[in-house]
Amino acid sequence: MSDYNFAYLDEQTKRMIRRAILKGVAVPGYQVPFASREMPMPYGWGTGGVQVTAACLTPDDTLKVIDQGADDTTNAVSIRKFFERTAGVATSTHTAEATIIQTRHRIPEAALSDGQILVYQVPIPEPLRFLEPRETETRRMHALEDYGLMHVKLYEDIARNGAIATSYAYPVKVEGRYIMDPSPIPKFDNPKLSNTPALQLFGAGREQRIYAIPPFTQIVSLDFEDYPFEASKAPHACDLCADDTTYLDEVITDDHGGRMFVCSDTDHCETRRDAGYRGRLAPQEDAA
Amino acid sequence: MIAVQDVEKRFTLHTQGGAVLQVMAGASLSVAPGECVALIGASGAGKSTLMRMIWGNYRTDGGLIRVGDVHVSGAEPRAIIALRRATLGYVSQFLRVVPRVPTLEVVAEPLLALGIYEAEARERAAEILTRVNIPERLWSLSPTTFSGGEQQRVNIARGFVHHWPALLLDEPTASLDGSNRAVVLSLIAEAKARGAAILGIFHDESARAQVCDREVDVTSFAVAP
Amino acid sequence: MSATPLLTVDGIGKSYGARIGCADVSFDLWPGEVMGIVGESGSGKSTLLGCLAGHLTPDTGHVIFDTTADGPRDVLAMSEPERRMLARTDWAFVHQNPRDGLRMGVSAGGNVGERLMAVGARHYGQIRDQATEWLGRVEINADRIDDKPRQFSGGMQQRLQIARNLVTGPRLVFMDEPTGGLDVSVQARLLDLLRGLVRRMGLSAVIVTHDLAVVRLLADRLVVMKDGRIVEQGLTDQVLDDPQHPYTQLLVSSVLQV
Repeated sequence: MSDYNFAYLDEQTKRMIRRAILKGVAVPGYQVPFASREMPMPYGWGTGGVQVTAACLTPDDTLKVIDQGADDTTNAVSIRKFFERTAGVATSTHTAEATIIQTRHRIPEAALSDGQILVYQVPIPEPLRFLEPRETETRRMHALEDYGLMHVKLYEDIARNGAIATSYAYPVKVEGRYIMDPSPIPKFDNPKLSNTPALQLFGAGREQRIYAIPPFTQIVSLDFEDYPFEASKAPHACDLCADDTTYLDEVITDDHGGRMFVCSDTDHCETRRDAGYRGRLAPQEDAA
Repeated sequence: MIAVQDVEKRFTLHTQGGAVLQVMAGASLSVAPGECVALIGASGAGKSTLMRMIWGNYRTDGGLIRVGDVHVSGAEPRAIIALRRATLGYVSQFLRVVPRVPTLEVVAEPLLALGIYEAEARERAAEILTRVNIPERLWSLSPTTFSGGEQQRVNIARGFVHHWPALLLDEPTASLDGSNRAVVLSLIAEAKARGAAILGIFHDESARAQVCDREVDVTSFAVAP
Repeated sequence: MSATPLLTVDGIGKSYGARIGCADVSFDLWPGEVMGIVGESGSGKSTLLGCLAGHLTPDTGHVIFDTTADGPRDVLAMSEPERRMLARTDWAFVHQNPRDGLRMGVSAGGNVGERLMAVGARHYGQIRDQATEWLGRVEINADRIDDKPRQFSGGMQQRLQIARNLVTGPRLVFMDEPTGGLDVSVQARLLDLLRGLVRRMGLSAVIVTHDLAVVRLLADRLVVMKDGRIVEQGLTDQVLDDPQHPYTQLLVSSVLQV
């Protein structure tokens, strides 16, 4: 253990954040202001998510942290270490073992279950900001469900690109009421937001907002009748585990145009390979 | 159709120390359907003032003015707007239009305001423009660019394109040559034959003699200063 | 003639501290009528327009509007969502500066389509067709549909603002100096366009301006304001040609031929 209070934040701050979370759960999709604290990391590195995670953690929890689906990138590693040191909780890279998963820009491929909490790091919580920069006005628009503007964004997309080109942070409507930014997850993940048994919490540190999707909440991605929403992905199978249903990262392998597609969810990919699945470019010695 | 009874008019000139000019009192006349009455009197005797009061352009300070079943004196603006749209036509000496609007549109406008379909309105506008000898090549141009005589004929066309049951004519034949003058006089005669009540100012004595049934001298209504 | 005024304004007043914005303003506006409000700067005409359109809350009075959905309603007693719904269905507001009425970062088509989407249109193709049709009506080439307003001239921006406002077929349009800031020939074209639209759509309009030539050509009725109060009102040509109030006489006589 250390000289830090459990999970770094003092108890009063954690209570304040929990109140904001409870309010967010009570009003799904509504952005609750909270008094975001200075954290020992820069804005943009997940200060909002870290505070929400800190407020939710108990000593019995098992924490998993992913960045773009991966457990082993700098951001994920440093946040995992942060909580190992300040809270002393168990950590895991396996989705199924974790009780709290803090994520940046992905939802794990494995289905989440009852009792799990997924904490998203959010850079810009306001989905209407692209079109209406005044915070006073966007809050009023949410209050009055004055959402014509949101479709203007999608209209502009189609007019410019011939299709809805928004591929991440794709806006959704929560339980028929609030329009919400699901954080910069790929739109491939949008269907997984809906009707899941896990609790989903969103924290924006710099913008001082928390919002939530309670378990089994209906989430609908916005679209047009003649341009329906599509959860698209690269048209390939994973080159390591051969799964053709997952969200893929493109990896440049040399400077002669060589590239490979791999699951962005490293835990999912490893689990598949452990089970014997082999992709096109999987190392042969693994097969032994 | 047009009835004027004991009408008074005065102007209060607030910009000149509040001077009150009483210009008319006891003005009375009436025009029956199918009748054409000429207002006569020296320049400044109040012919135009009386016409403008019947048109609703000048306020009536005493007495009654009635056109059809509308009491123009004291009517609400919307009653006068409706009257001008359907019942009372006016050919003024001046053309006042939105710049750059084509002549054909200017003439068709009163019909469009009545809710007549655009195709029919344009057809009728074209007919009357042909009648008053405005060549077709000018129809797509704004009348603000026309000569005085041409502008006057556009005004006439606009004033006769709809068959208003009551008509006010302010010098309809001024600045017209012989043949166009004859066209206008026949338009007036046709309007009379349809039963229109017409009140006009004609300086052109022979025209007056040709179309007017009687004359009313406004000199007797004028108030000596 | 219709028996119910479209808009009844009854005793509207608004003060800014000790200074009067407007006071005791009452009138009826009937369907299809265009009313001009003239007066010099500071006469309260813009305050009045703001009170009528729901942008400002007056201290006294009522604004009764004959809504399509529920008949006459006091606009000031409506809830904010109801008033906003009115503002994007039965009402429209054309600002003097197109920048205040347009979304400068959104394409022309998106600007026109916004009101359609705000009232529930969800078919891209139909929204685009309607936007194209409206650009044509305000004489903007269809090939400019994906350009942003900042690439347009001042006159085009103003026409785009009008298209954006009229696309949902409102019944009452508020206009604040719609031809201000445009040069004279562009003004004429805009006036003609507005006259045509008003007539074809049977629109009523309240137009605030200090330009007597504009009201002469556009307005059926005229209200003259001074120091926050109506000093004279009536038929436009009667007020301009036979003004009764000293202030109106001064106003008319100070202008070159209108």
